[in-house]
Amino acid sequence: MPKVLRLEYRRVSMRFPEAGGRGSVAAIEDVSFSVEDGEVVSLIGPSGCGKSTLLNIGSGLLSPSAGEAYVDGERVVGPNAHVAFMLQKDLLLPWRTIAQNVMFGVEIQGHPAPERKRRAQALLESFNLAEFADHYPHQLSGGMRQRAALARTLAVDPSVLLLDEPFSAVDAQTRMMLQRDLALTLMRAGKTALLITHDLTEAVTLSDRVLVMSRRPGRIIDEIAVDLPHRDDPIARRHDSRTAGHVTRLMERLDIAPARYAEAGGVR
Amino acid sequence: MNGAARGALARKGAAASLALLVVFLAAWEWGPGLLRIPTFIVPPLSMVYAEFFRMLHLNNLVVHTGVTAAEVLAGFALGSLLGALGGYLLGMSRVAELALSPYILALQIAPKVAFAPLFILWMGFTVYPKILVAILIVFFPVMINVLTAIRAVDPDLVNLARSFKATRAQIFWSIEFPSTMPPLFAGLRIGSTLAVVGVVVGELVGGNLGLGYLLSFGEGQANTPMVFVSILMLTLIGGIAYVLVIVVERRVLHYMPARAYGGI
Repeated sequence: MPKVLRLEYRRVSMRFPEAGGRGSVAAIEDVSFSVEDGEVVSLIGPSGCGKSTLLNIGSGLLSPSAGEAYVDGERVVGPNAHVAFMLQKDLLLPWRTIAQNVMFGVEIQGHPAPERKRRAQALLESFNLAEFADHYPHQLSGGMRQRAALARTLAVDPSVLLLDEPFSAVDAQTRMMLQRDLALTLMRAGKTALLITHDLTEAVTLSDRVLVMSRRPGRIIDEIAVDLPHRDDPIARRHDSRTAGHVTRLMERLDIAPARYAEAGGVR
Repeated sequence: MNGAARGALARKGAAASLALLVVFLAAWEWGPGLLRIPTFIVPPLSMVYAEFFRMLHLNNLVVHTGVTAAEVLAGFALGSLLGALGGYLLGMSRVAELALSPYILALQIAPKVAFAPLFILWMGFTVYPKILVAILIVFFPVMINVLTAIRAVDPDLVNLARSFKATRAQIFWSIEFPSTMPPLFAGLRIGSTLAVVGVVVGELVGGNLGLGYLLSFGEGQANTPMVFVSILMLTLIGGIAYVLVIVVERRVLHYMPARAYGGI
Protein backbone atom coordinates (compact mmCIF):
# COMPACT_ATOMS: atom_id res chain seq x y z
CA MET A 1 0.00 0.00 0.00
CA PRO A 2 1.45 3.37 -0.93
CA LYS A 3 2.20 5.74 1.88
CA VAL A 4 -0.35 8.53 2.17
CA LEU A 5 1.18 11.92 2.89
CA ARG A 6 -1.12 13.96 5.09
CA LEU A 7 1.11 16.99 5.42
CA GLU A 8 3.95 18.04 3.20
CA TYR A 9 6.22 21.07 3.02
CA ARG A 10 8.05 21.52 -0.29
CA ARG A 11 11.03 23.88 -0.25
CA VAL A 12 9.20 26.36 1.96
CA SER A 13 10.89 29.68 2.75
CA MET A 14 9.46 32.60 4.60
CA ARG A 15 10.74 36.16 4.79
CA PHE A 16 9.24 38.85 6.98
CA PRO A 17 9.67 42.57 6.39
CA GLU A 18 12.14 44.04 8.84
CA ALA A 19 10.61 46.24 11.50
CA GLY A 20 10.90 49.84 10.27
CA GLY A 21 13.37 48.92 7.55
CA ARG A 22 13.07 48.19 3.88
CA GLY A 23 14.82 44.84 4.03
CA SER A 24 13.44 41.53 5.10
CA VAL A 25 14.49 38.78 7.49
CA ALA A 26 14.50 35.13 6.55
CA ALA A 27 12.53 33.21 9.18
CA ILE A 28 12.74 29.81 7.52
CA GLU A 29 14.74 28.70 4.53
CA ASP A 30 14.14 25.86 2.16
CA VAL A 31 12.33 23.55 4.52
CA SER A 32 11.04 20.28 3.11
CA PHE A 33 9.52 17.40 5.03
CA SER A 34 6.38 15.37 5.11
CA VAL A 35 4.20 13.62 7.64
CA GLU A 36 2.54 10.33 6.75
CA ASP A 37 -0.94 9.25 7.62
CA GLY A 38 -1.25 8.50 11.33
CA GLU A 39 2.26 9.72 12.08
CA VAL A 40 3.13 12.08 14.90
CA VAL A 41 6.15 14.28 14.19
CA SER A 42 7.71 16.74 16.61
CA LEU A 43 9.54 19.86 15.63
CA ILE A 44 12.16 21.21 18.00
CA GLY A 45 14.59 24.06 17.73
CA PRO A 46 15.79 27.22 19.40
CA SER A 47 13.35 30.04 20.07
CA GLY A 48 12.63 32.18 17.04
CA CYS A 49 13.72 29.52 14.53
CA GLY A 50 10.42 29.74 12.69
CA LYS A 51 8.63 26.68 14.08
CA SER A 52 5.38 28.55 14.62
CA THR A 53 5.72 30.15 11.19
CA LEU A 54 5.80 26.67 9.65
CA LEU A 55 2.70 25.78 11.57
CA ASN A 56 0.88 28.91 10.44
CA ILE A 57 1.81 28.11 6.86
CA GLY A 58 0.43 24.59 7.28
CA SER A 59 -2.83 25.93 8.66
CA GLY A 60 -3.16 28.42 5.80
CA LEU A 61 -3.00 31.51 8.02
CA LEU A 62 0.25 32.60 6.36
CA SER A 63 1.37 32.15 2.75
CA PRO A 64 5.04 31.20 2.32
CA SER A 65 7.37 33.51 0.40
CA ALA A 66 8.53 30.51 -1.62
CA GLY A 67 7.58 26.85 -1.82
CA GLU A 68 4.28 25.19 -1.01
CA ALA A 69 2.54 23.31 1.74
CA TYR A 70 0.19 20.44 0.98
CA VAL A 71 -2.44 18.90 3.18
CA ASP A 72 -4.10 15.68 2.04
CA GLY A 73 -2.44 16.24 -1.33
CA GLU A 74 -4.09 19.62 -1.79
CA ARG A 75 -2.02 22.75 -1.92
CA VAL A 76 -2.71 25.00 1.06
CA VAL A 77 -3.93 28.39 -0.15
CA GLY A 78 -5.85 29.45 2.94
CA PRO A 79 -7.53 28.09 6.02
CA ASN A 80 -9.13 24.75 5.25
CA ALA A 81 -11.11 22.07 6.98
CA HIS A 82 -8.32 19.49 6.75
CA VAL A 83 -6.22 21.04 9.50
CA ALA A 84 -6.92 22.33 12.98
CA PHE A 85 -4.48 23.95 15.35
CA MET A 86 -4.05 24.22 19.06
CA LEU A 87 -1.82 26.66 20.90
CA GLN A 88 -0.27 27.10 24.30
CA LYS A 89 -3.19 29.42 25.06
CA ASP A 90 -6.42 27.48 25.28
CA LEU A 91 -8.30 30.22 23.36
CA LEU A 92 -11.57 29.24 24.98
CA LEU A 93 -14.18 31.95 24.59
CA PRO A 94 -15.13 33.11 28.10
CA TRP A 95 -18.76 33.80 27.16
CA ARG A 96 -19.33 30.26 25.92
CA THR A 97 -19.82 27.19 28.07
CA ILE A 98 -17.32 24.35 27.68
CA ALA A 99 -19.75 22.45 25.43
CA GLN A 100 -20.36 25.56 23.31
CA ASN A 101 -16.61 26.12 23.07
CA VAL A 102 -16.05 22.57 21.89
CA MET A 103 -18.74 23.17 19.26
CA PHE A 104 -17.22 26.47 18.14
CA GLY A 105 -15.39 25.14 15.08
CA VAL A 106 -18.22 22.93 13.84
CA GLU A 107 -20.62 25.82 14.37
CA ILE A 108 -18.49 28.16 12.24
CA GLN A 109 -18.25 25.46 9.60
CA GLY A 110 -22.03 25.28 9.53
CA HIS A 111 -22.67 21.73 10.66
CA PRO A 112 -26.30 21.15 11.75
CA ALA A 113 -27.00 21.62 15.46
CA PRO A 114 -27.83 17.98 16.35
CA GLU A 115 -24.56 16.87 14.70
CA ARG A 116 -22.62 19.53 16.67
CA LYS A 117 -24.18 18.42 19.96
CA ARG A 118 -23.48 14.77 19.23
CA ARG A 119 -19.80 15.43 18.51
CA ALA A 120 -19.34 17.69 21.51
CA GLN A 121 -21.03 15.20 23.81
CA ALA A 122 -18.83 12.33 22.61
CA LEU A 123 -15.62 14.36 22.92
CA LEU A 124 -16.49 15.74 26.35
CA GLU A 125 -17.13 12.21 27.56
CA SER A 126 -13.88 10.87 26.19
CA PHE A 127 -11.98 13.72 27.88
CA ASN A 128 -13.81 13.32 31.20
CA LEU A 129 -15.35 16.77 30.84
CA ALA A 130 -19.01 15.74 30.49
CA GLU A 131 -19.95 17.02 33.94
CA PHE A 132 -18.41 20.40 33.11
CA ALA A 133 -20.26 20.81 29.80
CA ASP A 134 -22.30 23.74 31.11
CA HIS A 135 -19.48 25.38 33.08
CA TYR A 136 -17.70 28.48 31.88
CA PRO A 137 -13.95 28.36 31.15
CA HIS A 138 -12.96 30.40 34.21
CA GLN A 139 -14.50 27.73 36.43
CA LEU A 140 -12.08 25.07 35.15
CA SER A 141 -8.45 24.31 35.95
CA GLY A 142 -5.71 24.95 33.39
CA GLY A 143 -5.42 21.26 32.55
CA MET A 144 -9.18 20.89 32.03
CA ARG A 145 -9.25 23.99 29.87
CA GLN A 146 -6.49 22.61 27.70
CA ARG A 147 -8.36 19.31 27.36
CA ALA A 148 -11.42 21.31 26.26
CA ALA A 149 -9.23 23.10 23.69
CA LEU A 150 -8.04 19.72 22.40
CA ALA A 151 -11.66 18.55 22.19
CA ARG A 152 -12.54 21.67 20.17
CA THR A 153 -9.61 20.95 17.84
CA LEU A 154 -10.77 17.36 17.32
CA ALA A 155 -14.44 18.31 16.94
CA VAL A 156 -13.92 19.54 13.38
CA ASP A 157 -12.48 16.10 12.58
CA PRO A 158 -9.30 17.39 10.92
CA SER A 159 -6.97 14.98 9.16
CA VAL A 160 -3.95 16.89 10.52
CA LEU A 161 -3.52 18.45 13.95
CA LEU A 162 -1.02 21.26 14.30
CA LEU A 163 -0.01 21.63 17.93
CA ASP A 164 2.09 24.62 18.99
CA GLU A 165 3.51 23.97 22.47
CA PRO A 166 0.07 22.92 23.63
CA PHE A 167 1.13 21.97 27.16
CA SER A 168 3.86 24.44 27.98
CA ALA A 169 1.64 26.63 30.15
CA VAL A 170 0.54 23.94 32.61
CA ASP A 171 2.37 22.46 35.58
CA ALA A 172 4.57 19.39 35.18
CA GLN A 173 2.12 16.81 36.59
CA THR A 174 -0.80 18.12 34.56
CA ARG A 175 1.41 18.16 31.50
CA MET A 176 2.14 14.44 31.82
CA MET A 177 -1.56 13.66 32.11
CA LEU A 178 -2.35 15.82 29.09
CA GLN A 179 0.45 14.18 27.10
CA ARG A 180 -1.02 10.79 27.93
CA ASP A 181 -4.53 11.90 26.90
CA LEU A 182 -3.20 13.35 23.65
CA ALA A 183 -1.11 10.28 22.78
CA LEU A 184 -4.02 7.96 23.42
CA THR A 185 -6.44 10.11 21.44
CA LEU A 186 -4.11 10.44 18.46
CA MET A 187 -3.49 6.70 18.40
CA ARG A 188 -7.15 5.75 18.77
CA ALA A 189 -8.38 8.19 16.16
CA GLY A 190 -5.41 7.47 13.88
CA LYS A 191 -4.77 11.20 13.56
CA THR A 192 -1.73 12.77 12.00
CA ALA A 193 -0.04 15.49 14.03
CA LEU A 194 2.78 17.98 13.88
CA LEU A 195 3.84 19.00 17.37
CA ILE A 196 6.01 21.97 18.19
CA THR A 197 7.65 21.72 21.57
CA HIS A 198 10.58 22.92 23.64
CA ASP A 199 10.34 19.90 25.87
CA LEU A 200 12.75 17.32 24.40
CA THR A 201 11.33 14.50 26.50
CA GLU A 202 7.85 15.41 25.30
CA ALA A 203 9.11 15.28 21.71
CA VAL A 204 10.61 11.83 22.18
CA THR A 205 7.77 10.30 24.19
CA LEU A 206 4.96 11.50 21.93
CA SER A 207 6.38 11.15 18.43
CA ASP A 208 7.34 8.73 15.70
CA ARG A 209 9.97 11.15 14.43
CA VAL A 210 11.62 14.30 15.72
CA LEU A 211 12.85 17.04 13.38
CA VAL A 212 15.51 19.43 14.65
CA MET A 213 15.60 22.97 13.32
CA SER A 214 18.55 25.33 13.27
CA ARG A 215 18.75 28.87 14.50
CA ARG A 216 17.15 31.55 12.33
CA PRO A 217 16.88 31.26 9.40
CA GLY A 218 15.38 27.91 10.35
CA ARG A 219 16.37 24.81 8.43
CA ILE A 220 15.87 21.15 9.21
CA ILE A 221 19.30 19.99 10.44
CA ASP A 222 18.49 16.57 11.79
CA GLU A 223 15.81 13.98 11.93
CA ILE A 224 15.64 11.10 14.36
CA ALA A 225 13.24 8.20 14.19
CA VAL A 226 11.95 7.29 17.62
CA ASP A 227 11.99 3.52 17.34
CA LEU A 228 10.32 2.89 20.67
CA PRO A 229 7.10 1.04 21.46
CA HIS A 230 4.12 2.61 23.24
CA ARG A 231 3.57 5.73 21.18
CA ASP A 232 0.15 5.80 22.84
CA ASP A 233 1.68 5.81 26.32
CA PRO A 234 4.25 8.54 26.95
CA ILE A 235 4.51 7.56 30.62
CA ALA A 236 5.71 4.09 29.60
CA ARG A 237 8.17 5.68 27.19
CA ARG A 238 9.51 7.85 29.99
CA HIS A 239 10.46 4.64 31.80
CA ASP A 240 12.19 3.28 28.71
CA SER A 241 15.95 3.66 29.08
CA ARG A 242 16.36 4.38 25.36
CA THR A 243 14.38 7.61 25.74
CA ALA A 244 17.32 9.22 27.55
CA GLY A 245 19.62 8.36 24.65
CA HIS A 246 17.31 10.09 22.17
CA VAL A 247 17.01 13.13 24.40
CA THR A 248 20.79 13.30 24.72
CA ARG A 249 21.19 13.24 20.96
CA LEU A 250 18.65 16.04 20.59
CA MET A 251 20.51 18.06 23.21
CA GLU A 252 23.73 17.62 21.28
CA ARG A 253 22.07 18.74 18.07
CA LEU A 254 20.76 21.83 19.87
CA ASP A 255 24.23 22.49 21.36
CA ILE A 256 22.97 22.02 24.90
CA ALA A 257 26.01 20.39 26.52
CA PRO A 258 26.49 19.53 30.18
CA ALA A 259 28.98 21.75 31.98
CA ARG A 260 31.65 19.06 32.17
CA TYR A 261 30.95 17.71 28.71
CA ALA A 262 34.38 18.59 27.35
CA GLU A 263 36.38 17.13 30.27
CA ALA A 264 34.39 13.93 30.34
CA GLY A 265 35.11 13.48 26.65
CA GLY A 266 31.49 13.21 25.69
CA VAL A 267 28.39 11.74 27.22
CA ARG A 268 28.73 8.26 25.75
CA MET B 1 -12.98 33.89 49.66
CA ASN B 2 -15.94 31.53 50.07
CA GLY B 3 -19.59 32.48 49.71
CA ALA B 4 -20.36 32.65 53.41
CA ALA B 5 -17.39 34.90 54.18
CA ARG B 6 -18.27 37.16 51.26
CA GLY B 7 -21.88 37.33 52.50
CA ALA B 8 -20.74 38.28 56.00
CA LEU B 9 -18.44 40.96 54.60
CA ALA B 10 -21.27 42.35 52.44
CA ARG B 11 -23.60 42.49 55.47
CA LYS B 12 -20.95 44.31 57.52
CA GLY B 13 -20.44 46.82 54.72
CA ALA B 14 -24.19 47.40 54.33
CA ALA B 15 -24.63 47.91 58.06
CA ALA B 16 -21.79 50.46 58.16
CA SER B 17 -23.27 52.24 55.13
CA LEU B 18 -26.65 52.49 56.83
CA ALA B 19 -25.07 53.81 60.02
CA LEU B 20 -23.22 56.46 57.99
CA LEU B 21 -26.50 57.50 56.36
CA VAL B 22 -28.15 57.99 59.75
CA VAL B 23 -25.18 60.05 60.97
CA PHE B 24 -25.25 62.13 57.78
CA LEU B 25 -28.99 62.81 57.96
CA ALA B 26 -28.73 63.75 61.64
CA ALA B 27 -25.83 66.11 60.91
CA TRP B 28 -27.85 67.66 58.11
CA GLU B 29 -30.88 68.21 60.34
CA TRP B 30 -29.14 69.59 63.44
CA GLY B 31 -25.68 70.59 62.20
CA PRO B 32 -26.63 73.90 60.53
CA GLY B 33 -28.50 75.02 63.69
CA LEU B 34 -25.64 74.09 66.00
CA LEU B 35 -23.08 75.83 63.77
CA ARG B 36 -25.40 78.82 63.29
CA ILE B 37 -25.41 78.44 59.51
CA PRO B 38 -28.33 80.45 58.06
CA THR B 39 -31.11 78.33 56.51
CA PHE B 40 -30.72 80.07 53.14
CA ILE B 41 -27.17 78.69 53.00
CA VAL B 42 -27.82 75.15 54.25
CA PRO B 43 -31.48 74.42 54.98
CA PRO B 44 -31.91 71.55 57.45
CA LEU B 45 -33.27 68.22 56.25
CA SER B 46 -36.80 68.87 57.54
CA MET B 47 -37.04 72.07 55.49
CA VAL B 48 -35.93 70.32 52.32
CA TYR B 49 -38.41 67.53 53.11
CA ALA B 50 -41.24 70.03 53.49
CA GLU B 51 -40.15 71.82 50.32
CA PHE B 52 -40.31 68.53 48.45
CA PHE B 53 -44.02 68.16 49.26
CA ARG B 54 -44.70 71.80 48.58
CA MET B 55 -43.09 71.43 45.15
CA LEU B 56 -45.10 68.27 44.47
CA HIS B 57 -48.31 70.27 44.90
CA LEU B 58 -47.38 73.72 43.63
CA ASN B 59 -44.48 73.33 41.18
CA ASN B 60 -45.43 70.24 39.19
CA LEU B 61 -42.32 68.48 40.50
CA VAL B 62 -43.52 65.20 38.98
CA VAL B 63 -43.77 66.76 35.52
CA HIS B 64 -40.36 68.41 35.72
CA THR B 65 -38.76 65.23 36.99
CA GLY B 66 -40.49 63.20 34.30
CA VAL B 67 -39.31 65.54 31.54
CA THR B 68 -35.73 65.44 32.78
CA ALA B 69 -35.83 61.65 33.18
CA ALA B 70 -37.19 61.24 29.64
CA GLU B 71 -34.47 63.52 28.24
CA VAL B 72 -31.80 61.58 30.15
CA LEU B 73 -33.18 58.29 28.87
CA ALA B 74 -33.37 59.51 25.26
CA GLY B 75 -29.92 61.13 25.37
CA PHE B 76 -28.34 58.13 27.03
CA ALA B 77 -29.94 55.59 24.68
CA LEU B 78 -29.12 57.49 21.50
CA GLY B 79 -25.65 58.53 22.69
CA SER B 80 -24.75 54.94 23.64
CA LEU B 81 -26.14 53.54 20.44
CA LEU B 82 -24.26 56.02 18.27
CA GLY B 83 -21.12 55.67 20.40
CA ALA B 84 -21.16 51.89 20.13
CA LEU B 85 -21.85 52.01 16.39
CA GLY B 86 -19.03 54.54 15.92
CA GLY B 87 -16.66 52.36 17.95
CA TYR B 88 -17.47 49.24 15.92
CA LEU B 89 -17.22 51.03 12.57
CA LEU B 90 -13.89 52.68 13.42
CA GLY B 91 -12.74 49.36 14.89
CA MET B 92 -13.43 47.67 11.56
CA SER B 93 -11.36 50.11 9.54
CA ARG B 94 -7.85 51.26 10.41
CA VAL B 95 -7.99 53.87 7.66
CA ALA B 96 -11.20 55.41 8.98
CA GLU B 97 -9.72 55.50 12.47
CA LEU B 98 -6.53 57.21 11.31
CA ALA B 99 -8.45 59.68 9.16
CA LEU B 100 -10.96 60.61 11.83
CA SER B 101 -8.88 60.41 14.99
CA PRO B 102 -7.75 64.10 15.04
CA TYR B 103 -11.34 65.26 14.76
CA ILE B 104 -12.55 62.79 17.33
CA LEU B 105 -9.81 63.94 19.67
CA ALA B 106 -10.72 67.60 19.11
CA LEU B 107 -14.39 66.90 19.81
CA GLN B 108 -13.45 64.88 22.84
CA ILE B 109 -11.38 67.72 24.25
CA ALA B 110 -14.02 70.37 23.53
CA PRO B 111 -16.21 70.79 26.63
CA LYS B 112 -19.47 69.29 25.41
CA VAL B 113 -21.64 71.33 27.76
CA ALA B 114 -20.39 74.51 26.04
CA PHE B 115 -22.46 73.47 23.03
CA ALA B 116 -25.71 73.86 24.99
CA PRO B 117 -26.33 77.57 24.12
CA LEU B 118 -25.57 76.82 20.48
CA PHE B 119 -28.06 73.96 20.36
CA ILE B 120 -30.70 76.16 21.99
CA LEU B 121 -30.08 78.78 19.30
CA TRP B 122 -30.61 76.09 16.71
CA MET B 123 -33.58 74.27 18.17
CA GLY B 124 -35.26 76.69 20.53
CA PHE B 125 -36.60 76.03 24.01
CA THR B 126 -37.57 72.43 23.29
CA VAL B 127 -36.39 69.13 24.71
CA TYR B 128 -34.14 68.52 21.69
CA PRO B 129 -31.10 70.66 22.59
CA LYS B 130 -30.99 68.98 26.03
CA ILE B 131 -31.10 65.52 24.47
CA LEU B 132 -28.44 66.55 21.98
CA VAL B 133 -26.01 67.70 24.67
CA ALA B 134 -26.58 64.39 26.48
CA ILE B 135 -25.97 62.43 23.24
CA LEU B 136 -22.74 64.29 22.64
CA ILE B 137 -21.45 63.80 26.15
CA VAL B 138 -22.40 60.08 26.31
CA PHE B 139 -21.04 59.31 22.85
CA PHE B 140 -17.31 59.53 23.58
CA PRO B 141 -16.71 57.28 26.56
CA VAL B 142 -18.82 54.58 24.91
CA MET B 143 -17.12 54.92 21.53
CA ILE B 144 -13.59 55.01 22.95
CA ASN B 145 -14.23 51.96 25.11
CA VAL B 146 -15.63 49.94 22.21
CA LEU B 147 -12.84 51.03 19.85
CA THR B 148 -10.12 50.17 22.37
CA ALA B 149 -11.76 46.82 23.05
CA ILE B 150 -11.90 45.92 19.35
CA ARG B 151 -8.23 46.79 19.02
CA ALA B 152 -7.42 44.65 22.04
CA VAL B 153 -9.07 41.46 20.76
CA ASP B 154 -6.52 38.63 20.92
CA PRO B 155 -5.34 38.07 17.31
CA ASP B 156 -4.96 34.37 18.11
CA LEU B 157 -8.71 34.19 18.78
CA VAL B 158 -9.35 35.74 15.37
CA ASN B 159 -6.90 33.27 13.82
CA LEU B 160 -8.70 30.42 15.56
CA ALA B 161 -11.95 31.50 13.92
CA ARG B 162 -10.15 32.02 10.60
CA SER B 163 -8.69 28.53 10.78
CA PHE B 164 -12.27 27.23 10.86
CA LYS B 165 -12.88 29.29 7.71
CA ALA B 166 -14.97 31.92 9.47
CA THR B 167 -16.32 34.77 7.32
CA ARG B 168 -15.68 38.39 8.31
CA ALA B 169 -19.21 38.59 9.71
CA GLN B 170 -18.75 35.38 11.70
CA ILE B 171 -15.49 36.73 13.18
CA PHE B 172 -17.29 39.91 14.21
CA TRP B 173 -20.33 38.26 15.77
CA SER B 174 -18.58 35.29 17.37
CA ILE B 175 -15.32 36.91 18.57
CA GLU B 176 -15.10 40.68 18.32
CA PHE B 177 -18.60 41.69 19.39
CA PRO B 178 -18.72 39.52 22.54
CA SER B 179 -15.14 40.55 23.43
CA THR B 180 -16.20 44.19 23.59
CA MET B 181 -19.05 43.59 26.06
CA PRO B 182 -17.18 44.24 29.34
CA PRO B 183 -15.60 47.55 28.16
CA LEU B 184 -18.89 48.54 26.50
CA PHE B 185 -20.66 48.23 29.84
CA ALA B 186 -17.90 50.14 31.60
CA GLY B 187 -18.55 52.92 29.05
CA LEU B 188 -22.31 52.69 29.57
CA ARG B 189 -21.88 53.08 33.33
CA ILE B 190 -19.93 56.30 32.81
CA GLY B 191 -22.40 57.41 30.14
CA SER B 192 -25.41 56.89 32.40
CA THR B 193 -24.12 59.46 34.88
CA LEU B 194 -22.86 61.85 32.20
CA ALA B 195 -26.26 61.90 30.47
CA VAL B 196 -27.72 63.65 33.54
CA VAL B 197 -24.99 66.29 33.38
CA GLY B 198 -25.71 66.99 29.72
CA VAL B 199 -29.44 67.32 30.23
CA VAL B 200 -29.16 69.59 33.29
CA VAL B 201 -26.78 71.96 31.54
CA GLY B 202 -29.20 72.17 28.62
CA GLU B 203 -32.09 72.91 30.97
CA LEU B 204 -30.11 75.49 32.92
CA VAL B 205 -29.34 77.38 29.72
CA GLY B 206 -32.87 77.70 28.46
CA GLY B 207 -36.46 76.56 28.66
CA ASN B 208 -39.06 76.33 31.41
CA LEU B 209 -39.25 72.60 31.95
CA GLY B 210 -37.18 70.07 33.82
CA LEU B 211 -35.21 69.91 37.04
CA GLY B 212 -32.48 72.13 35.60
CA TYR B 213 -35.11 74.81 35.12
CA LEU B 214 -36.28 74.34 38.73
CA LEU B 215 -32.65 74.68 39.83
CA SER B 216 -32.23 78.08 38.23
CA PHE B 217 -35.77 79.11 39.24
CA GLY B 218 -35.02 78.24 42.86
CA GLU B 219 -31.74 80.11 42.64
CA GLY B 220 -33.53 83.20 41.30
CA GLN B 221 -35.98 83.05 44.21
CA ALA B 222 -33.17 82.48 46.71
CA ASN B 223 -35.11 79.31 47.56
CA THR B 224 -32.24 77.13 48.73
CA PRO B 225 -34.47 74.17 49.74
CA MET B 226 -35.82 74.07 46.15
CA VAL B 227 -32.26 73.88 44.82
CA PHE B 228 -31.55 71.02 47.22
CA VAL B 229 -34.70 69.15 46.19
CA SER B 230 -33.77 69.54 42.51
CA ILE B 231 -30.24 68.26 43.13
CA LEU B 232 -31.61 65.26 45.03
CA MET B 233 -34.06 64.41 42.26
CA LEU B 234 -31.30 64.67 39.65
CA THR B 235 -29.13 62.37 41.72
CA LEU B 236 -32.04 59.95 41.95
CA ILE B 237 -32.45 59.93 38.15
CA GLY B 238 -28.72 59.36 37.63
CA GLY B 239 -28.72 56.62 40.26
CA ILE B 240 -31.64 54.80 38.65
CA ALA B 241 -29.97 55.00 35.24
CA TYR B 242 -26.73 53.62 36.72
CA VAL B 243 -28.51 50.76 38.48
CA LEU B 244 -30.39 49.88 35.28
CA VAL B 245 -27.08 49.60 33.42
CA ILE B 246 -25.70 47.34 36.16
CA VAL B 247 -28.80 45.13 36.08
CA VAL B 248 -28.45 44.65 32.32
CA GLU B 249 -24.68 44.22 32.65
CA ARG B 250 -25.07 41.40 35.15
CA ARG B 251 -27.39 39.58 32.79
CA VAL B 252 -25.18 40.03 29.75
CA LEU B 253 -21.88 39.34 31.53
CA HIS B 254 -23.22 36.47 33.63
CA TYR B 255 -20.30 34.33 32.44
CA MET B 256 -17.71 36.52 34.15
CA PRO B 257 -16.08 35.38 37.38
CA ALA B 258 -18.09 36.62 40.38
CA ARG B 259 -17.12 40.18 41.13
CA ALA B 260 -17.82 42.48 44.02
CA TYR B 261 -20.67 44.33 42.33
CA GLY B 262 -21.71 45.81 45.67
CA GLY B 263 -18.52 47.88 45.58
CA ILE B 264 -19.81 49.70 42.45
